[in-house]
Amino acid sequence: MGAGDLDTAFFAAWIEEIARTVGVEKERLTRLDAAIGDADHGANLDRGFTAITQALAGTEPDTPGALLALVGSTLIRKVGGASGPLYGTAFREAGKCLGDASEVSATDLAAALQAALDGVQRLGSAAEGDKTMVDALAPAVRAMSRAAQEGKEPGEAIGAAASAALAGAEATVPMQARKGRASYLGPRSVGHEDPGAASTALVLVALRTVVTR
Amino acid sequence: MVGIVLISHSGPLAAEVAVLATQIGGTGVPLAAAGGTDDGGVGTSPGLVEAAIGEVDRGDGVILIPDLGSSVLTARLMEGPGVVIADVPFVEGAIAAVVTAGTGASLEAVLAAAEESRNFRKL
Repeated sequence: MGAGDLDTAFFAAWIEEIARTVGVEKERLTRLDAAIGDADHGANLDRGFTAITQALAGTEPDTPGALLALVGSTLIRKVGGASGPLYGTAFREAGKCLGDASEVSATDLAAALQAALDGVQRLGSAAEGDKTMVDALAPAVRAMSRAAQEGKEPGEAIGAAASAALAGAEATVPMQARKGRASYLGPRSVGHEDPGAASTALVLVALRTVVTR
Repeated sequence: MVGIVLISHSGPLAAEVAVLATQIGGTGVPLAAAGGTDDGGVGTSPGLVEAAIGEVDRGDGVILIPDLGSSVLTARLMEGPGVVIADVPFVEGAIAAVVTAGTGASLEAVLAAAEESRNFRKL
C-alpha cells in the first residue's frame, strides 16, 4: 500500500458525503435544471443517493470496486431521469475498472475516473463543449491523470480534479447546449450553468472534502 | 414476430401511442408501453422497460422506440443481442414498426420501415 492509498471505508465516506451535499444542494440543482431542463435534477439525484444510503446501511461491500458498482446499479434503478443511466454508468464503470483491489492509488483512481468518462460518453455521445456533465468530468480526468503521472498522492490528485471540475462546470455558462433536453432550447440555453456539470463538480468536491478530513 | 417497446417520459403518452399503433397495425403484434417512472411520474423506469422487453420478446428480436432524453439513455442500457433501438419519430416510427412487424417481417426489415418514417411528409 502506497502513501495515502484509499480503502473501502474511504469510498463509503465519499458516497455518504455526496448524499449529504446533494441533500443540501438539491434546490440549487433543480433551479439550474428549471432554467434549461425539466426541473427535476436535484430531486432525482437526491432520490438516488437516498436509496444508496439505505442500501449501504444493510450491507457494506468489501472492496471499493464492489461499492461503486452497487452505487451505479442503484442509481440506474432509482433515479428515473437522464442522470440515472449517466451517473449509474459512470459509477459502475469506475467500479469495474477498480476490480477487486482493496486499496486504490492515485493511478488506479485516475484510470477509474477515465473509465467513468468513457462510459458516459459511450452512452450519451456527448463531447466537450456540448454543455453537459462531460464538460466537468473530462477536465477532472485530465487533471487527475496528470497528477498521478507526476507521482502525486491521491489527496493532491483529487484536489486537482475537484478544481478542474468546478472550473469546467463554470465554463458551461456561455455554452449553447447540443445534447440532452436543454438542446431543444437552442440559443435560450446560453447563460445558464449546466445542471449535470454542476452536480459532477459537486461529486468531485465531495471526494476532496473526504480526502482532506 | 418482432416485439416492440414504446419508451416515453410519460406513461399515458406511451400507452396512447400503443393504442393508436395497434388500431392501425392490428392487434397481433407483441407491443408494450413503458412510460413514466415506477410511481407514475414523468421520467423513465429501467425496471418497466426491462419487464416490457420480456413481455414482447418472442425470440425474433425486439425494437425499442424511445421519445427523448432519459428514455433514449435507458433504452441504450438495454441494447444487446436481438434488442435494438430505432432512432425515429415516436408516433410515426411506432406505427410503421407495428404495421411492418404485423407482416412477420425480420428485425432488420421492421427497423428499416421504422426509420423510413423519418421521411413521411404530412403535406
